[in-house]
Amino acid sequence: MQTTDSPVAPREVHTYYTRVDRVFRGFVAASALFSLVVLMLIAAFLLYRGFEIFSDFGFGFITNSKWDIGNPEDTSTAVLGIGAMLVGSVITAFIAIIVAVPFAMASALFIEFYAPRFLRTVLTAVLDLVAAIPSVIYGIWGYVVLLPLVEDWSGTLYKYLNWIPIFDVQTPIFGRSPLLAGLLLAIMILPIVTSVAREVYGQAPRDLIDASYALGGTKWAGIRTVVLPFGKSGLVGGAMLGLGRAMGETVAVYLTLNLVFKTNFQILASAGGNVASLIANKFGEATAYELKALMAAGLVLFLVTLLVNFLATVIVNRSRKIV
Amino acid sequence: MTTYETSTVVPAPRRPWDHTRSTAVRVAVLVFLSGIFSSVINGLTGLSGFLGWYLGLAFALPVIAFVGSVRHGWNLASDRIATALITVAFAAVTIPWVSIFVTVYQKGSKAFHAKYLTDDMRITPSSDLIQYGGVAHAIIGTLIMVLIASLIAVPLGILAAVYIVEIKGRFAKLVRFLTQAMSGVPSIVAGLFIYATVVVFFGGFSAWAGALSLVILMLPTVARTSEEILKIVPDDLRTASYALGATQARTTFRVVLPTVASGLVTAAVLGIARVVGETAPLILTASYFVAKSTSLTEPIASLPIYIFSSLGLGDDNATTRAWGGSLVLLGVVFILFAIARTISTRLSRK
Amino acid sequence: MTRMDNNMNNDVSIPEVIVPSMPADQSQMEDRTQRNAENLEVSRRGGLEAVGVHAWFNKHHALADVSLHFPENTVTGLIGPSGCGKSTFLRLLNRMHEFIPKAAMAGEVLFEGNDIYAPGVNPIEIRRRIGMVFQKANPFPAMNIGENVVAGLKLARVKTDDKDALIEECLTRAGLWNEVKDRLNAPGGSLSGGQQQRLCIARALALKPEVLLLDEPCSALDPGSTLRVEETIVQLSQTMTIVIVTHNMQQAARVSDYCAFFLSEGGPGHLVEADLTTNIFSNPSDQRTADYVQGRFG
Repeated sequence: MQTTDSPVAPREVHTYYTRVDRVFRGFVAASALFSLVVLMLIAAFLLYRGFEIFSDFGFGFITNSKWDIGNPEDTSTAVLGIGAMLVGSVITAFIAIIVAVPFAMASALFIEFYAPRFLRTVLTAVLDLVAAIPSVIYGIWGYVVLLPLVEDWSGTLYKYLNWIPIFDVQTPIFGRSPLLAGLLLAIMILPIVTSVAREVYGQAPRDLIDASYALGGTKWAGIRTVVLPFGKSGLVGGAMLGLGRAMGETVAVYLTLNLVFKTNFQILASAGGNVASLIANKFGEATAYELKALMAAGLVLFLVTLLVNFLATVIVNRSRKIV
Repeated sequence: MTTYETSTVVPAPRRPWDHTRSTAVRVAVLVFLSGIFSSVINGLTGLSGFLGWYLGLAFALPVIAFVGSVRHGWNLASDRIATALITVAFAAVTIPWVSIFVTVYQKGSKAFHAKYLTDDMRITPSSDLIQYGGVAHAIIGTLIMVLIASLIAVPLGILAAVYIVEIKGRFAKLVRFLTQAMSGVPSIVAGLFIYATVVVFFGGFSAWAGALSLVILMLPTVARTSEEILKIVPDDLRTASYALGATQARTTFRVVLPTVASGLVTAAVLGIARVVGETAPLILTASYFVAKSTSLTEPIASLPIYIFSSLGLGDDNATTRAWGGSLVLLGVVFILFAIARTISTRLSRK
Repeated sequence: MTRMDNNMNNDVSIPEVIVPSMPADQSQMEDRTQRNAENLEVSRRGGLEAVGVHAWFNKHHALADVSLHFPENTVTGLIGPSGCGKSTFLRLLNRMHEFIPKAAMAGEVLFEGNDIYAPGVNPIEIRRRIGMVFQKANPFPAMNIGENVVAGLKLARVKTDDKDALIEECLTRAGLWNEVKDRLNAPGGSLSGGQQQRLCIARALALKPEVLLLDEPCSALDPGSTLRVEETIVQLSQTMTIVIVTHNMQQAARVSDYCAFFLSEGGPGHLVEADLTTNIFSNPSDQRTADYVQGRFG
């Protein structure tokens, strides 16, 4: 029997692993750390290939919005910067988040609290399926189906709201604009944000929901006082996850946003771009020096999305831990 | 003094709280009125088409729900408005989904002809008439690259899950965290990385390089799903195996993994579904080739790049080909999901 | 036990001592009997009454044919072993049963003579008039103590003239005012388990319910807190009807006027016997009741 003032010191028990197990554990650990190796290698190689760009342009590579290779024979005449592309990444991703989050909240609440039981399982499966639709298909759909619609809406927005700077344009010709790309990204990230929100809302404490019902609360009252406050941080995490996806999206943005090297805050104007679509766009005919700049741009994109995803993971995990 | 006896006659169970016919009538009237109201709005303003009508409905439904219930107090009225808004918003979300599936099917099926799935584009330019050429080369290329990627990513993903769940090693938390971080790597960055290493060192685009870029994107999905699957293995099973004197290695390979074998297949299938439509990394690694090819060291076609490159031409026939490729690709994703779903429901029934 | 009787008509708070739960003594019993005699005169039309109530979960028949009357301003204890349907029965009384998926019921629950399951009855109104306190104290974590008390009003969007007065009144009736009056802005979760449970009682009281249902309110509390909650219950029973599910025989003896004994015996839970608490404990008519209250099973 163990007592607090026992004179006998507790024995430490060591698990003994046979040689087979030690080899096995070492092998598994080594394989598990593959992801660490890959992440480090990505950073290292992109830095290695793009290092010349960072030393040539320094911080200007991130702030400068010009992309001019100058004389292909003489790299010193080139002026390369991804400022406009970074702004474009942020603008399109933010449009996506602002549009997607309210709809994702409503969809998550609908699936979790309003849909009949049989529909709930079906809708969860559908959510997984639409999350797996390849981005190239979203892109072609956005280009062919969404583009004319958004052109139409842009005209209306411009007509009535052009006194708001972001809805103003120099010439009222609308096309592959940040608004189109942002809306398409909203549709693309909606499943993942909804999935995260649904999972978090589903874990809202049953006893508190019961308490709200027992006090004569309606379903909405219970959602408002219990579910939404409880799911707040999980929703933020889900939105960040979506933000990361939206910033890293390549093909869909490539197809729906006109690549122009100009910092453009007018979301109806047919000009913009993001870092990922820049890489896909310039890769084909890039000079050796330009290729290095694309590597550097890739590194910047990698670090930004890693940061966003890091924050998202921390927030989502913390909201899971509370449960 | 009272003693209660249970009567032998049991009445039929009822659910008085279920939606009654009057609720159904109320909802039907509500939707009907909102529909009319929306048509009126559409007539008065410049709104048109299905989306314009839906927008009017989305506005009218909460308003009418409010008007119809406000006499019972704000408590009930707010509940009705919330129900209306949430339902309308969810229904709005499904519009693009339906549109995507319908458009891909309608436009994609126009590209189909008898030999669409067996011919390649070796002697057919993308702008040529639809009855020539096909997607066989792209299907073969996608299959080859996905197969190689799976052969690498599935074992690695499962081992990462084994490390977290079975070994519970010192770095378990780190590994889980890194896997999550890796799932956020933009696909174009994965492509750039493979380009900067494999393509540059080995002197050209190849199926190999394409497969390796897919590994980076596939691994996190496989690892995460496998982890969830391994967690459902009851601890009794491991304890029982240890009690019989088995090593941890034997316990893992002979007891734990076989128990959830079908779940691990699901993990693999979901991983494949995640990467089968990846476009951006393949532009930078595998590039494209118009003919059927099985060589691992040369550029190779794939379904996503077939779509992407056809679309870039702006020609009507080429665009139709892009839709055709989309239909094939969506079909593949669909089938993969159906497989994963069937396996996992069979697993949960066990 | 005398401590409790002394406290019945004033609001003196009790010093923080742990009082172990004690067996019911004879003086207690006599006191309850006296009150019961008065209550028997109360008209049968008032209060809450279950008539031939059944409950199902999916196909599982959980509760069979329970008929039981709860006279106004009395405390009824529902006793019986685990899984005999007491809590299910309680949740049927204020329409909380229907939140369990695939639940069904039969029979009638009459509240002031009207069936609460009749078509057109607003369950939200019923739940506001028939309050409920749960086994696990569940104050809303995002609200402070004061906000928790008036949470029901906020949920139902009812306006009050004097919120502070209501908070004080409810907390006083729940026997918590003196302990928390200086920290109404503290989060509800900062209270001890017993205080949290009394906060939940105060929260239910704020809606001025006519009936209060308590589902094993003390099962997670230490003996001292238990005693204080019991005092609250006895005080409240002067102005409202109370139904309490409990596993604790002594508690049933201490607080209730009537007791109803439930048993499942392998089949659906059913009512074995309901009577004055004194009769149940001293002179039950059914041998199974006698066995249970004397601790021979359960």
